[in-house]
Amino acid sequence: MLSLGSGGAKSTKPSFVSYVTPEEIKSEKDPPKQEKHPDLLPGEVEFCSANPILKYTQDDLSQRGVFGTLFCTNFRVTFISDEKPQEKTDKTFKNKLYGENDIPLMCVDHIYGVYDEKRKLITGGLVKNKYPSKMIIHCKDLRVFQFSLTFSKEEDAKKIFQGIAHHCLEEKSLKCVFAFSYMGTPSPEMQWKQETVMFDSPEDWTQEMKRTKANCRLVTENENFELSQRLPKYFVIPLTIGDLFSYQGKGLPIWCWSHYSGCALFKASFPPVTQEDGDFQKHLDTMINAVAHNHLYSVKTEDLSESLPNIQDIQQSYNKFKQFFLIENSTDFWLSDVKWFSSLESSGWLDIIRQCLQKAVEVVECLEKDNTNVLITEEEGTDLCCVISSLAQIMLDPYYRTLMGFQSLVQKEWVAGCHAFLDRCNHLHQKDKEYHSPVFLLFLECVWQLVHQHSPAFQFSETYLTVLSDSVHVPVFSTFLFNSSHHRESVMKAESPLAQSGPLSCPTVWDWSVQFDSKAQNFFFNPLYLEKVKHDRAVRKPHKPKHQRNLSLPSTAFKTPPKKGFFKDETDSLKKMLRVKRLSRWRGSPDAPTATTREFFESWQHRPLDYHGLLLPCLDGPAVHIWMQRYLRWIPEVYILGGGSVAVMTKLMELLSQVQDLKRVLEQRDSSQAAKLDHRPYFQHRLLSFDSSGRLSSSFPFAYTCYRSFKPIIPTGLMQSLMVTDSLASQEDEASSVVSFV
Amino acid sequence: DRSSGPRVSDTELRVYKDPSKDELPLLPEELVQDSAKDVTYICPFIGPVRGSLTVTNYRLFFRCTDREPVFGLDLPLGGLSRVEKIGAASSRGDVSYGVVCKDMRNLRFVHKEPENSLKKSVFEVLMKFAFPVSNNMSLFAFEYKQVFPENGWKVYDPLAEYKRQGLPNESWRISKVNDHYELCDSYPATLFVPVTITDEELRRVSSFRAKGRIPVLSWIHPESQAAVVRASQTMVGQNGRRCKEDEKLLQAIMDANAQSHKLFIFDARPSVNAAANKMKGGGFESEDAYQNAELVFLDIHNIHVMRESLRKLKDVVYPNIEESHWLSNLESTHWLEHIKLILAGALRIADKVESGKTSVVVHCSDGWDRTPQLTSLALIMLDSHYRTIRGFQILLEKEWLSFGHRFQQRVGHGDKNHTDADRSPIFLQFIDCVWQMTRQFPAAFEFNEYFLITILDHLYSCLFGTFLCNSEQQRLKEEVPKRTVSLWSFVNSQLEEFVNPLYVHYPSHVLFPTVGIRHLQLWVSYYIRWNPRMRPQEPVHQRYKELLAKRAELQKRVEELQREAANRMASSSSERAGSPTRSITPVQTFV
Repeated sequence: MLSLGSGGAKSTKPSFVSYVTPEEIKSEKDPPKQEKHPDLLPGEVEFCSANPILKYTQDDLSQRGVFGTLFCTNFRVTFISDEKPQEKTDKTFKNKLYGENDIPLMCVDHIYGVYDEKRKLITGGLVKNKYPSKMIIHCKDLRVFQFSLTFSKEEDAKKIFQGIAHHCLEEKSLKCVFAFSYMGTPSPEMQWKQETVMFDSPEDWTQEMKRTKANCRLVTENENFELSQRLPKYFVIPLTIGDLFSYQGKGLPIWCWSHYSGCALFKASFPPVTQEDGDFQKHLDTMINAVAHNHLYSVKTEDLSESLPNIQDIQQSYNKFKQFFLIENSTDFWLSDVKWFSSLESSGWLDIIRQCLQKAVEVVECLEKDNTNVLITEEEGTDLCCVISSLAQIMLDPYYRTLMGFQSLVQKEWVAGCHAFLDRCNHLHQKDKEYHSPVFLLFLECVWQLVHQHSPAFQFSETYLTVLSDSVHVPVFSTFLFNSSHHRESVMKAESPLAQSGPLSCPTVWDWSVQFDSKAQNFFFNPLYLEKVKHDRAVRKPHKPKHQRNLSLPSTAFKTPPKKGFFKDETDSLKKMLRVKRLSRWRGSPDAPTATTREFFESWQHRPLDYHGLLLPCLDGPAVHIWMQRYLRWIPEVYILGGGSVAVMTKLMELLSQVQDLKRVLEQRDSSQAAKLDHRPYFQHRLLSFDSSGRLSSSFPFAYTCYRSFKPIIPTGLMQSLMVTDSLASQEDEASSVVSFV
Repeated sequence: DRSSGPRVSDTELRVYKDPSKDELPLLPEELVQDSAKDVTYICPFIGPVRGSLTVTNYRLFFRCTDREPVFGLDLPLGGLSRVEKIGAASSRGDVSYGVVCKDMRNLRFVHKEPENSLKKSVFEVLMKFAFPVSNNMSLFAFEYKQVFPENGWKVYDPLAEYKRQGLPNESWRISKVNDHYELCDSYPATLFVPVTITDEELRRVSSFRAKGRIPVLSWIHPESQAAVVRASQTMVGQNGRRCKEDEKLLQAIMDANAQSHKLFIFDARPSVNAAANKMKGGGFESEDAYQNAELVFLDIHNIHVMRESLRKLKDVVYPNIEESHWLSNLESTHWLEHIKLILAGALRIADKVESGKTSVVVHCSDGWDRTPQLTSLALIMLDSHYRTIRGFQILLEKEWLSFGHRFQQRVGHGDKNHTDADRSPIFLQFIDCVWQMTRQFPAAFEFNEYFLITILDHLYSCLFGTFLCNSEQQRLKEEVPKRTVSLWSFVNSQLEEFVNPLYVHYPSHVLFPTVGIRHLQLWVSYYIRWNPRMRPQEPVHQRYKELLAKRAELQKRVEELQREAANRMASSSSERAGSPTRSITPVQTFV
């Protein structure tokens, strides 16, 4: 596998195009194969195909691969091997919509063509010319596929290449997205429907206000989007706002969440105010005032577009970052391993994550410590506002750390909250790059940091987050397809009469049964989750609302004395105060506010950790990590066979299921007690049905391909890695022995 | 109880639950030497705190008096590498003292100089007791007389360990040639060599290997008989000297393994350095002289490079971490790259032995730094016995202590010469590599992180005799096993503290770790443990233990119910014979 002679001093040259000769592959006189076709989903249509296509094995330097047929449908690019499928088909964690050799069209990130040993990014112009000998597909879920087109008929090769390039790269209309052709049978009344709050009805909002004891007003005037198309159908605002209809709802503070003290978090779109625009400025002041009136006449505002990176920065940073994980071969891998940390840093991605979490902590500090209302603003109010408000709510409210709570939060802040998923994810391959940005992924990244640091506080696992981040690019769900509630409604209304068989059936992503069977869904639950100890009803204090009880942090220590009351009659001076606060934002100088947030963190940290109370992330350099599961799962060089966190998680899941089995046995035995059925999700199956010898790879449950021989992965090109040039390197080991030898 | 006894406190400042309960729990034979009130400790995390400082013959103890709750700072003097006055006394007579520790922290105190010039300052006393060797006193380990239920000096019996490996056998024999350390004073008395080589030939070989450290067996594969052999470099010199007996010995090592007709020689050094050694009489095996042998350089740097790397790392992590440049700062220390190279080297060795069924010879220059790093890591990968608590102790006793890793020189026990070029964190680096493996294989090791940290803390503490002296011969001469307590006595007397609850024993598992930088992490809970913001977390272990307890409890209840039901059944069986009973699947016990 490697030349040992010089201890890796000679590096293997990037053997990028050492193609297999056709003789090597026994493709000569195989009996005429049966035409294979992919199992199409309902509504899926095959466009074109080519055979034989060589798909390179990713985990191999030798550029070998398997032959098969490449298809392009209206849903995916799919490769079907000529070889008989291996027996390992009963995967525990199988996606029902697409498999290891399927790439949903929406999931294609970039396509590269290799022309005469040169690798070129495929854009519109190149497609019409000759087709490349090799096609490399980079996916948004970070898989990399390499296909050789040289073995099939020229015509076929050209057709499949152009077909794939056309369907994956060309701008298209929303109607062409597979979701509108998908005819999956709508699943029966599902659990998700009962428990994930969709925030598409007045009741959902009322319920949420009740849960958090909010004292705000539900707005139903936008039911037909007469007020604004950029605002949710239903939303909640401070009580004192009378004038709804001026400026198309711009500047309206949208309620996000109320702290048990009464103060609340609001978000708003605040377009930049020009000097002349005095009226609009006045309007905004009124709005800020209304927020202040919500609780104790105090408010802090934060313009996120000034204090956080903008969506283009986020996009650029992520583009750099993801490159480090789109590994095409071993040589690339070991070369990039050398400058790994500085490369990561130069992308700035981890720093953006840190900044968002930091900002969310600042918001939490205002709500929790100072009991001040907070209004976060941004030009549109649907990007970073969503990130920061969702993060703050997760830190403050344990409900959002349960699976259903988290899904409801995404519905509330992102889906109903009008995050422009369609534009941000660029599902339609629009050329205008200005609107693309992985804002939702950034949010999931931040959540992952919290999950990673405080695992027992979360009911869902990192696998759940990874799957959710993948699902954004599966063109079946309505969740991530639209730019706003208005957009959703108008498209759905326009489309549904066209569909012959009743209304449009677009499942939401929360209907996980569309993608995974119940066994696989077990992986969404975090076996480390510490459920809140349930008190007996008798013990429970009836007057305390659930929400408040959950926030069992020692708030008395944090609270500043309630001295804000004196504002009451001084509306004029209040106005002045507010203006001042707004203009001199929190972070006027970069050091001072960070220091107080540091203090806030440290005082929180000194208290015993309550996983059902306030949760803050540690943001020091060594504490912010890479989401290994998402980013490294397809890279065979980093698979740890028989190790990784999966080794722990499977053991925990196994133990947990044993405990639950025992509990059930007891429940069944205990005839004297009426069987109180436990509605919590439990692991219904013995999960250790997978290999109990500890031979799972660390990328489980994602890497399908890892049934390789058990061999270590030995780095190449080590010498380049460490050129210590100073004199120390040439010094003798034994200081004293220098004398004796010379 | 963790708070008393030989535990090195794991946080910078310990909170005392009961401040009225006075002062420090002294160990047996520990005596207060001096103490001073009104000392200010300049804590880099919470600012200056005032309190009293006590120096004993074992530790430095600072107890803050001006804060609630009461804090304490408690560290063994063995952990100090340097104590010095910083600058001159201020106008008020305050003097600053800096204390540099071997465990990644620096302390600063401010203290008023005593007015009576005859009285020594507490810091002068500190300097005396911190460096007993430089002051002609003995290390505290020789005073400490605590008795533990188990005698840790009995953990390693070379003959028993080799017997476990199936030795001696038809190919390998015990040689008594070094019984009195005449052949090589840094090697153990018990050596295993091929049966075809006579003691006389070994003597000839010893003059051809640096410091007389001849190739001897370290480990043998139970099935393939492929062997891991360790040595020092050959004394080839510029003229390309050869040694017939050495060539014969390596051929014999190859022949002892019928499965392979090849031998791999792993030279831990970068090839440039190995070549440079020829100028000084050393060198490496030429492939002309050693037929069928293939030489591989592993590119691991020397002790000076490693020392410098750790120094840079300390700058980066203590006391404060620069947030925005953390990653590039970490990279610039090269610490993890060195870890990667060592692990990669060990991985290649393990791969040759396991997958290639080939015997290997490992050496560096003297064979006591990089060589034990590589052999012991390869052994951990190959042999699950070394992943148990006792097995790991045996591994350290064998590969590190008996084969003469120069602990005294590398650590500088009780020696005030902190600039000594012989100091180097070689052993720390090895423990770090082990930690990396425990991260990658969380269920494969019987011990937990606390076990590794305890070993490192007592590497410096000089409380136990285990890591004293440079070789087996020296330890015998100093009667270390007779006069001191072994660290393993302490550890094995309270094993439950060090057990990894997730451990599963798979006897024949070979571990191949991933050595890419992407999977290596900085060991935060060791290197940055003094930073209060880096709260150590082991929620997994905690949760697992809870679940184990829960399962045991439920199992008990199920069994009770079963028994009850069985009784009831027995009493009513005449009436309702054959009524179906739920059979309860016995829960599989696997821990």
